[in-house]
Amino acid sequence: MTMLYDLLVGPFADFTFMKRGLVACLALALGSGPVGVFLVLRRMSLIGDTMAHSVLPGAAVGFMLAGLSLPAMGLGGFLAGITVALVSGLVTRYTPQKEDASFAAFFMISLALGVLLVSTHGSTVDLMHVLFGTILAVDDSALLLMASVATVSVVVFAIIYRPLVAECFDPAFLRSVGGRGGLVHTLFLVLVVLNMVSGFQALGTLMAVGLMMLPAVAARFWVRQVWSLAGLSVLIAFASGYAGLVLSYRFNLPSGPAIVLTAGGFYLASLLLGPRGGLLSGLSNRRHLAQ
Amino acid sequence: MSDALVTLHDLTVAYERHPAIHHLKGSFAKGGLTAIVGPNGAGKSTLIKTIVGLLSPSQGKVELHGMKAKDAAFLPQSAAIDDTFPISVADVVLMGLWRRVGAFRAIGAKERQIAADALALVGLEGFEGRPFGSLSAGQRQRVLFARLVAADSPLILLDEPFTALDARTTLDLLRLVQGWHEEGRTVIAVLHDFDQVRRFFPETLLLAREIIAWGPTEQALSSDNLRKARAMSEAWDEDAEICAGVVA
Repeated sequence: MTMLYDLLVGPFADFTFMKRGLVACLALALGSGPVGVFLVLRRMSLIGDTMAHSVLPGAAVGFMLAGLSLPAMGLGGFLAGITVALVSGLVTRYTPQKEDASFAAFFMISLALGVLLVSTHGSTVDLMHVLFGTILAVDDSALLLMASVATVSVVVFAIIYRPLVAECFDPAFLRSVGGRGGLVHTLFLVLVVLNMVSGFQALGTLMAVGLMMLPAVAARFWVRQVWSLAGLSVLIAFASGYAGLVLSYRFNLPSGPAIVLTAGGFYLASLLLGPRGGLLSGLSNRRHLAQ
Repeated sequence: MSDALVTLHDLTVAYERHPAIHHLKGSFAKGGLTAIVGPNGAGKSTLIKTIVGLLSPSQGKVELHGMKAKDAAFLPQSAAIDDTFPISVADVVLMGLWRRVGAFRAIGAKERQIAADALALVGLEGFEGRPFGSLSAGQRQRVLFARLVAADSPLILLDEPFTALDARTTLDLLRLVQGWHEEGRTVIAVLHDFDQVRRFFPETLLLAREIIAWGPTEQALSSDNLRKARAMSEAWDEDAEICAGVVA
């Protein structure tokens, strides 16, 4: 019993940085869960990845101006991410180029610019920090930012839920009844960028998207309503955060990859066992057909 | 002209600066049941999307008499709908009540009853809780027609409503369309099947980027007019920058 306590609860009771890490994971899970679900439903899974990379130059500028401060890096990252999203959106609108192509072009420009800025104005350690994050160094201001992003995300989702669902399902219908599909899409992209920024202190720009996408794609193997997908994603994301922290403490692993790999484990288990399209359920259906 | 519901004033719509339809003039009468037909690429969908406000005219305008475009009930082509999206049948039909509830107002017992009645009318009583994606193509189209019923609009616009449907579903939905016509609603539908048009649609607009004929179906679909439409669409120069009318 004590062993179990030492393993599962002890680190969080004894160390403030572990407690902060856990609260950070809860905040990240609450915001990223629903964002990830809608990215998957809108078939924008990979656009989440490109957005995560495009926040880098902004974060680098923030770092150059204010040092290792999450609010400064966060603001810079947010502005860079939103710029890439809006410019890509404009290119898609005014040229024949599709959204994924213009996103890919602008995120590469943004990423290269970011790496250039960080490597000429900071050390390798800084670059590693921005790319991979350190959840165990989350301070009060970072925690406040993550909690604010989570709150804003939940509130904005509640406000735009109905038009967002209509926009995903039947965009032409929404526009025909005067629903502001473009505005809803833009607000959603703002939420994506906000949650990327919120995640990069903890997990780094490269892996912030992991806690967003993996729980969302895992959840699709278990449930099939939007609200239950969002709820389950939040649960899986938080469980990944908790288990990842425990593993990283116990085996002295970097926390970011430990958390994202745990989420990856949830995904692989769901892929295998999930009742809605999982590999085993597919096998048993085939056997049923054969009989 | 006083009984017109939709009037096209010298309407030209272009995609990436190539005109898809040009210089359309005329009116859809209030309470009329009109089919829009023509060869592929004739601009049929472009016209219906412009009437409902999804596309903006490059020149001229669409005038709606006594109503706004957003009050029309519109059925997009089925390819434009994401049928893998996890949404219930009831929620799809309730989208038809957008004019009543918009993005924020609560959906109560009254709204749910309207949705249930609309589903019963299309032969899907009790399907409210089923996931839309689990239905057959025919059932999905019935649900989308229930959404049109729930919208209760004086103007109904259908973009290829019967493509890839079984005969039974097509006939049931055509009867529903006739019912709307009898109730005095104005219905405009993009269609491909000439026999269907001749049997069920009193008025026809034959389009090949410009109007070839517009009037009673038998006259509009005369073999002369059909030949003209085919010739127009074959002679069309895809790379023409701008039509002569716009330059002048």
